[in-house]
Amino acid sequence: MTEQTPALRLEGIVKTFPGVRALDNVSFSVMPGEVHALMGENGAGKSTLMKVLGGIYQPEEGRIVVGEESVVMTSPLEAKSKGIVFIHQELSLAEELSVAENIYLGELPRKRFGLVDWDRLYAQTDEILQKLKVGFDARTRVGDLSIANQQMVEIARALTVDAKAVIFDEPTASLTDAEKVVLFDVIADLQSHGVGIIYISHRMEEIFKITDRISVLRDGQYRGTLTTAETNEDEVTQLMIGRKLDLRRNVSHHELGGVAIEVRNLSCGDLFHDVSFKVRRGEVVGFYGLVGAGRTEIAETLFGLREPSAGTILLDGEETVIHSPIDAIAKGISLVPEDRKGQGLVLGMNCRDNMTLPQIDDLKAGPFVAEGSEIAIFDQYRDRLDIRTPGWKQQVGNLSGGNQQKIVIGKWLSMHPNVLIVDEPTRGIDVGSKSEIHNLIRELAAQGYAVIVISSEMPEVLHVSDRIVAMYSGRIMCTFTSEEVTEDNLIQAISGITTDTAA
Amino acid sequence: MEPGTLSTFLKRGAIWGFIVVELIFFTVAGEFLSLSDKAFMDLDNMLLLFKQSAPIGIIALGMTIVMINGNIDLSVGATFALSAVILLDCMTWPFFAGLGDWVIPVAWGLALLTGIALGAINGLIVWKTGVDAFIVTLGSMLGYRGLVFMYNGEQPTSHLNWTLVDFAEAQWLGLHTATWFLIVMTAAIWFLMNRTVHGRNAYAVGDNRDAAVNAGIRVGPHIMINFMIIGFLASLSAVVFYSESGSVNPNDGELYELWVITAVVLGGTKLTGGAGSILSTLGGVLAIQLLRKGLGHIGADTETVNLVIGCILIAVLFLDRQLNLKGKEELRV
Repeated sequence: MTEQTPALRLEGIVKTFPGVRALDNVSFSVMPGEVHALMGENGAGKSTLMKVLGGIYQPEEGRIVVGEESVVMTSPLEAKSKGIVFIHQELSLAEELSVAENIYLGELPRKRFGLVDWDRLYAQTDEILQKLKVGFDARTRVGDLSIANQQMVEIARALTVDAKAVIFDEPTASLTDAEKVVLFDVIADLQSHGVGIIYISHRMEEIFKITDRISVLRDGQYRGTLTTAETNEDEVTQLMIGRKLDLRRNVSHHELGGVAIEVRNLSCGDLFHDVSFKVRRGEVVGFYGLVGAGRTEIAETLFGLREPSAGTILLDGEETVIHSPIDAIAKGISLVPEDRKGQGLVLGMNCRDNMTLPQIDDLKAGPFVAEGSEIAIFDQYRDRLDIRTPGWKQQVGNLSGGNQQKIVIGKWLSMHPNVLIVDEPTRGIDVGSKSEIHNLIRELAAQGYAVIVISSEMPEVLHVSDRIVAMYSGRIMCTFTSEEVTEDNLIQAISGITTDTAA
Repeated sequence: MEPGTLSTFLKRGAIWGFIVVELIFFTVAGEFLSLSDKAFMDLDNMLLLFKQSAPIGIIALGMTIVMINGNIDLSVGATFALSAVILLDCMTWPFFAGLGDWVIPVAWGLALLTGIALGAINGLIVWKTGVDAFIVTLGSMLGYRGLVFMYNGEQPTSHLNWTLVDFAEAQWLGLHTATWFLIVMTAAIWFLMNRTVHGRNAYAVGDNRDAAVNAGIRVGPHIMINFMIIGFLASLSAVVFYSESGSVNPNDGELYELWVITAVVLGGTKLTGGAGSILSTLGGVLAIQLLRKGLGHIGADTETVNLVIGCILIAVLFLDRQLNLKGKEELRV
């Protein structure tokens, strides 16, 4: 292997964004026929690196070498023509079109007068599909295929070009175990044809099963490459999170109150199963796991947006059923949603109107909205949460992410909830505001709120939580107290390795 | 000055600026082209313009609410016609014969109830089925129109009640009855949209439905109420118009939905919901009426009028898009 020229080599790639060195001198290479894992925490720079490779970002320094040719990627199209193919986590297929049309989209074979040469199109496609040993043909409508098969279509698309390197970005996120086996076969097949494969995943299990080498990124820097056969999960984890960094927070300890919310054996279809936990007043419970582990779905169920298929919810010890968000709000449950702009805010409205949206019905003076009390509420929470805005008339869409999030939090605090669920509290928020929001969450707990924090960022969960619930594909794997948790344990729990349920 | 204030001001004021341009243009052009000696900005002419704006204008107020809400109602023309048929026909029912002129409020009430009921049907279907309002009201447009024809075949429905005609033709403080209805309803709907919880919710639901649901707004009933409001306004428009004319053809009110939508869009209300203003809608209504009247004044025929209004509508929306694009990096299509 060492004698060969790498299929793809990155040398000293540097990419900066205002204030952040997203990639700092990153180098690594993929040999033909090798499966090379790229690992790192969220925000370590994996996606930025892939965007550089795909021609979406231009690096400030460094070069990309495909085979023996040094290339400058200026567009995704160019990357493809150089033989670099991406299989993205989110599929980009036209559901109403056939498999063949999707595979050759933009480059359908033509006859005279520009007519599509359907015979050739279907013949070529079927040939590729046979190679992949899939159970559908070129004429199938893509929308009728399962997610796994749609992914196969993406892969087939990759095979139409003479691929030098194929990048799989979290390919198994939405696959069942059986479908994974098929995917791994395909990867093995690509491998045997001398294609270099970059495999991005958080799932240790898979990494150790199919990869040859593992490269790790942390904080935008390349941290080393390990040979899979000679390493173990602990070593990789260590490399990902750095030295025994003690991120454990300076949590102020305060007396906990009674159990505000308890969930017993809650399930919702395929989304999550048999979930049980308690949150006491004054306590922050963090839910940590990979995207798709079912955390957001639990929050949505507690907020009445989804109907559980089994299990019970107890509020202050009393069994209850939550039918709708209206019901949830009435029972003192509030949700700061994951997608702030899509689900939390009315961007075209001003700050005040957004903040009082759930309670204007209670702020009436006769038939009219009592704008005076609205402004009073806004002022109160602007001061309490330190929301920086020129005034209540400011459209929420013009505020920074951190201030927007504070508006959403203020909106719910002004309803005086018992249970506050915060989903991805600092997504897309700058570092300074992040710590403000973290402190705010701690303060709220100290004031006696029961807080559930859902996050994909480990430092965040470690920083704010009294207890951490680790989830993996719809199940609670472990629950850690803040004293006993270690980064290693946590990463292994959410990768589906340990199954022992601690305290 | 806050960022965006100028462009907001331009957008809000744009329709009134357009009206001023129209007035100047037709006054000047009228001097050279008009066949009559009367000035375009003659007082009687302007008063008449307000009166003629009323039928479309009253419906446009309702359409503004529905469009801010993120929906649309194509059935207003048919609702208008059916309410008119009920209004005129019920005054001839032997059942009401003993009422004398008291039949008028009864007839009005029945006509308005018809509008509210038709609107409620639209709203209920949109709420309960989740089918797009465009499709639902396209269907009900055809259905309600069918009812109009079932009622009296191809025949017009006529009934003249002179008390009613006198009322409809009356002028108070110089303004016609119809104009007063337009003014009062504009004020009422303005208050509804700007001062009440319902109005606030209408904007929130139209701008971000998910966020509205998450904030505990009962989106379904809310939407239904808005369809009832537009149904009410469509029938009120019929009541105002047919009190005077006394005869309704089964085809009356056809294409009203499109004129109404044109006026609302000219007034700057977004088709996608979440933004719009009642006063600007009034401006849109007046602008269209001015255009029709003005082009007539300088001797253009109906076909030309339609062509010009069509072009202006597209030009205005293009300008609006350019204004909105500024500063935002939007994907080119």
